[in-house]
Amino acid sequence: MSMVEFKKVSKQFGTHRVLQSIDLAVDHGEVAVVIGPSGSGKSTMLRCINVLEKVSDGDLLVDGLSVLGKPRDIRRIRLEAGMVFQQFNLFPHLTAMQNVMFGPIRSRGKSKAEAREIAAGLLRKVGLGDRMNHYPSQLSGGQQQRVAIARSLAVGPKLMLFDEPTSALDPELRQEVLRVMQTLATEGMTMIVVTHEMGFARRVGSRLLFMDGGQLVHDGKPTDLLSHPPSERFREFLQHVH
Amino acid sequence: MTFEWTAIVDALPDLLQGLELTMMIALAGLAGGIVVGALTGALLTYGGWLAQAPAQIYVALIRGTPITVQVMFIYFALPILMNIRISAVNAGILTLIINSGAYNAEIIRGALESVPTGLKEAGLSMGLSFRKVLAYVIAPIAVRRALPAMGNQLVSVVKDTSIFLVIGVGELTRRGQEIMSANFRAVEIWTAVAVIYLIVISILALSLRFVERAARLP
Repeated sequence: MSMVEFKKVSKQFGTHRVLQSIDLAVDHGEVAVVIGPSGSGKSTMLRCINVLEKVSDGDLLVDGLSVLGKPRDIRRIRLEAGMVFQQFNLFPHLTAMQNVMFGPIRSRGKSKAEAREIAAGLLRKVGLGDRMNHYPSQLSGGQQQRVAIARSLAVGPKLMLFDEPTSALDPELRQEVLRVMQTLATEGMTMIVVTHEMGFARRVGSRLLFMDGGQLVHDGKPTDLLSHPPSERFREFLQHVH
Repeated sequence: MTFEWTAIVDALPDLLQGLELTMMIALAGLAGGIVVGALTGALLTYGGWLAQAPAQIYVALIRGTPITVQVMFIYFALPILMNIRISAVNAGILTLIINSGAYNAEIIRGALESVPTGLKEAGLSMGLSFRKVLAYVIAPIAVRRALPAMGNQLVSVVKDTSIFLVIGVGELTRRGQEIMSANFRAVEIWTAVAVIYLIVISILALSLRFVERAARLP
């Protein structure tokens, strides 16, 4: 069974069709990198997976659970699919430590002591062992995004979704976030990453998806697609992001 | 004229009794107004059409009429319409709850709406129900944002209690008026009344600023 399976998924905002009959299966352990021009539907596709957007047509299975299911199923999907946002979205009233403890306590019902142990381990893993008691506003963008990754991991997801995780960061802060993501990938985490980081796509991605106009246009190995662009549109796009 | 300090000294026990009633009414009104305001504010922000409409009508009704008319209606008209008896003090408390509830509702709606959607999504994406997201993410942030405006509202609740002299509630202003009509020492009595209000409200405003500072995020 695939980790994520899109079955003719369409998404419509009013009269605007953002996703047009997407078919896609992502397996366990894959690192799928999604690229494409802005407005091509990349983020919407990602947000459909953990039901921050409802699909308008078709079906979408996450670890066998349908996004069209009952609220209880949707909460289970969200427990399994962690999300990292472009704007980090850390809780400003909680410290880094409390942000990471939040999921284990509030959605997994863990004790404070257990949650603290999980959080401390993850914050050290993302290189922020010395920033645990800082508030988000006291951290750099790169540090905030690493806390956000730790916060998602703390819930214990089987799948991680990244929505342009480095787009809001200054170039010199991107690497620290990409390194954490690369570590995660080598550990075997299933990941779907919407990004413009071609270096990351080539180095870490096991699969590259090119979206345009709400459709999945190309799907293949990153090295193959990047060295032999299969369409003029794709070649054009690559020239713009480089 | 000479300023008769003794007039104030003589009036003080009575005035302080009035103050006690003022504070009692104000505190009950504050507490009730916060509860009503929070519920109505949440309905205005998150309720469906069916919940929003009555909440909007309630807020428009209260903000569109003077509080004096509201208390008159509750004390004199409501008993006739609904065949219930209500004491003047209870009518005052009820008026304050309904009145400040409407103003609080708008403040709370604004604060709830000001919390970025991304934070709600972050909470939801971790598998929390919307209720939990509201309780643990949105509310703690919204409360901090609502504090300054709520503070002003709380201060005006205390001052609004003076209106209840029109239905004969023996609160501070009414006591002052009664004493004054017996001894005609208008300057002394109204000075004393004003100073008592000023002291109480200054203490309230200072403690609100203290709470605001304590809740402020780094």
